[in-house]
Amino acid sequence: MPDTVLTRRALLVSGATLIVAGGTGFSVPSRAADLAATPTMRGGANNYRPGAPIVARIGNGGFLMTGSVRRAGDGAPLAGRRIQMWAHTTEGHERDERSHGATLSADDGTFQLDMPQIVPAFGQAHGHLAYDAEHDDGGFETVFLRPVMSSANDTTLHVEFVLRPA
Amino acid sequence: MKEAGAARTALVWSGVAIALGVPLAIAATSPLLAWREPVYIAAGLAGVAGLCLLLLQPLLAGRMLPGLRVRHARSLHRLIGVLLVVTVIVHVAGLWLTSPPDVVDALLLRSPTPFSLWGVIAMWAVIGAATLAASRRRMGTFAWRAGHLALAGVTVAGTVAHALLIEGTMGTVSKAVLCGLVVLTTARVFFKATRVGKA
Repeated sequence: MPDTVLTRRALLVSGATLIVAGGTGFSVPSRAADLAATPTMRGGANNYRPGAPIVARIGNGGFLMTGSVRRAGDGAPLAGRRIQMWAHTTEGHERDERSHGATLSADDGTFQLDMPQIVPAFGQAHGHLAYDAEHDDGGFETVFLRPVMSSANDTTLHVEFVLRPA
Repeated sequence: MKEAGAARTALVWSGVAIALGVPLAIAATSPLLAWREPVYIAAGLAGVAGLCLLLLQPLLAGRMLPGLRVRHARSLHRLIGVLLVVTVIVHVAGLWLTSPPDVVDALLLRSPTPFSLWGVIAMWAVIGAATLAASRRRMGTFAWRAGHLALAGVTVAGTVAHALLIEGTMGTVSKAVLCGLVVLTTARVFFKATRVGKA
């Protein structure tokens, strides 16, 4: 009997191993060199008002939007990148000028902006964030995100940008 | 006999009134309304009203409402069909005024939210069912019945999926109960219609 015979047990074990490995994405944390860029999400740019001012807080605040900006590939933190955000909140609709504001990422690439509480609108409690190359001198490609909150009661939302050099 | 019939009539009608009134009242007093402009509020409530009207349609078509003459049930079914299309138009138009890009995405089937797709499917199905009803005289009985029933079924399935996936002004429980009743009564109409067809 040849030793290369494929037994049912071997097939099951190797198949299961493949599925588990594939499902976990062969995750190796140190492979930052392959960090993929964040793709623009469907509907991310809806009700965007280009060039909202950089503010210390949108409206009266109460909800904390946090996040980070990194470079695709090596994952290096990107400082001074302009991130704009808007949402349907307790203080206005997405289209309203007062619902929009922007902030710059800090030296470690993180950003945060206090804004009014996001409330469910158009079926989901969600926010909008943009990195717009037209309003930033960093030389990265534009990205629009539309993250959905896991619960409408959340008072914070964390969003990660991985930008591709233009 | 007569008292039993009257009691049954009262029971069914008050059941329907509760099934429609409770979800409508909960939606009309939702805390989310405090943060919405009047046009958006009207659009949302038109959607809720449409879901409520959708329960009456199979009840009328399947003669499940006691105390109504067949002729009256028919003309009511027709009238509510027209109102149903009106609520859909108000719903979509109001949402469009509130956030044009979201509605354009939904109508072009590229929305990020799956419930939008179900809503658009239901919208075209209800418009189709109404159009068939308007041109009924030019159709054969079988084609008319099969077509109208099929489109009504798609309307119900699409609307229920649309409503259940949305986090909006409706209460979770009253919405689920109303959707369940719409599905059950529609299924009953389908069952009766197909049984008659075989005989």
